[in-house]
Amino acid sequence: MIRVRAPFLPALLVVLAVVAALPLAVNNNSLREELFLMFMLITLASSINIIMGYTGYVSFGHIVFFGLGGYFAFYLMQNFNAHFLVAALAGAIPASAIALVIGVPILRLRGAYFALATIGINEAMRTAINNFEPFGGAVGMFFNFSVYDTYGGARNAALLAYGVMVVVALATVTTSYLIRRSKFGLSLMAIREDQDVGIDPARAKVVAYVISSFFPALAGATFFFKNGIIEPGVAFDLLRSIESLVMCVLGGTGTVAGPIVGAALYEWLRGFLITTPALANFQLFLAGLLLLVVVLFVTAGLVGWLRNRYPVLRAYIQ
Amino acid sequence: MILQVDAVTVRFGGLVACDAATFAVEEGEILGLIGPNGAGKTTLFNAINGVHRPRSGRIVFRREEITGLRPFQVARRGVARAYQVVRPLNDLSVIANVTVGACFGRENLSLRAARTVAEEVLASLDLADKAEVPAGKLNVAQKKRLELGRALAARPALLLADEVLAGLNPQEVSAMLAVFRSLRERGVTVIMIEHLMHAVMNVCDRVVVLDYGKKIAEGSPQVVSSDPKVVEAYLGDPKAAQRFLEEAT
Repeated sequence: MIRVRAPFLPALLVVLAVVAALPLAVNNNSLREELFLMFMLITLASSINIIMGYTGYVSFGHIVFFGLGGYFAFYLMQNFNAHFLVAALAGAIPASAIALVIGVPILRLRGAYFALATIGINEAMRTAINNFEPFGGAVGMFFNFSVYDTYGGARNAALLAYGVMVVVALATVTTSYLIRRSKFGLSLMAIREDQDVGIDPARAKVVAYVISSFFPALAGATFFFKNGIIEPGVAFDLLRSIESLVMCVLGGTGTVAGPIVGAALYEWLRGFLITTPALANFQLFLAGLLLLVVVLFVTAGLVGWLRNRYPVLRAYIQ
Repeated sequence: MILQVDAVTVRFGGLVACDAATFAVEEGEILGLIGPNGAGKTTLFNAINGVHRPRSGRIVFRREEITGLRPFQVARRGVARAYQVVRPLNDLSVIANVTVGACFGRENLSLRAARTVAEEVLASLDLADKAEVPAGKLNVAQKKRLELGRALAARPALLLADEVLAGLNPQEVSAMLAVFRSLRERGVTVIMIEHLMHAVMNVCDRVVVLDYGKKIAEGSPQVVSSDPKVVEAYLGDPKAAQRFLEEAT
């Protein structure tokens, strides 16, 4: 619906693809590892943006789908020798099905109650998996390294995981963009502002929630495939959930570019702080301070602020 | 008869917000719904468009009972509502906001068709030059017109207008009243909640007066405004009402 004069999506995808190709071109493994994490965070933040930015429901415990996707895929790979790509898809689908089942009741809640419910679900899921023996309980599951032989060794498996993570991130961004420009996206934004129009809010919200659960599940499958180990504490890590919310807010909720900018900026900042000896101890303090500044003074986030400050950018940055 | 409200009662705990309210709206008329603050006017709108479920009573729209339907179901049947508190999608353009109304109104139009409707509506409301402006940047009067535009873009058969004139200056009010008259010409039925008496006198064909959730009077604006019960409800003093009436005419 937003009139766009510039080919925003193609330009964005090209930029991301070029960045993704960088570590392969210069053959730099540590850069690749960093970017793997960054594309994962872009996926998480952009997914949260669909339910939080567009629809107005702050999903604090969104990481639950990352964990579930990871667990389902891992289980299939380990016990049925499923190929990673098959397992990732086969793992993401039940994770989204769970989003459908829990979305119907909890999306009736609003504001803080919804946010609390999503935290509760994440914590309950972690505890349940902790005690679920087929998934290894509290110890979790880990690969025998021969698993990677199917993919031509551990190095190639890591490359495959990187490629898949990039594709998942691009797919998430594309979906986010298409939703924002569609009639469905308009209906989500109308729900966010409580407008009583001819939209069945219950249905639209659940659809948005299911979509926003699918990509984190794929990211989780990919992350833990590369990791070789999965355990409840890492899979359902609330801190990571909150971090992806922060990235979303930092970049600008409700915009397509916001979560990407937020994720990149947050990761860069954290890396900078951790590796600067004088600041390393203040890492979390400074990150918290930054969040405060954004929440108090730049509520629209970086991208939102730019769009408001320079209206001409509205046509170019979504 | 396009809408019939039959003995509708809405309660919030011990508070009876609407007490067996009964009235009918004829096709194509502009009905004023007036009453002191807290009389239950907005609650009655909420009952009609499905935000609140009435405790008892029936609401019939175009010979179909709509009591207890959800707001979106009522909207799809052709009842649009312009809210007192305007909440546009601030980040989106004015035309995008109106398109929301057109997309999810009576007809469930495609984005493209909805945009055409939105353009027409904006032109009729004198907002065409603001089409690409972010809605958050509008002033109050423009936001009120935008809210009306959002409701009208749904091409409603019945428009529930909740204090759309509140906060406007006299010029803006007369511009709005012209819009309402043009609605009547197009055959849109309107129920308007309004505190501006001279506006009610000017455009309403009939007036229903609520007080403490009960209908206390109904009739032409002139008849109603000289009804002692109405005067008492509003002012507690018939003489003050006489002055008020003279001012209005």
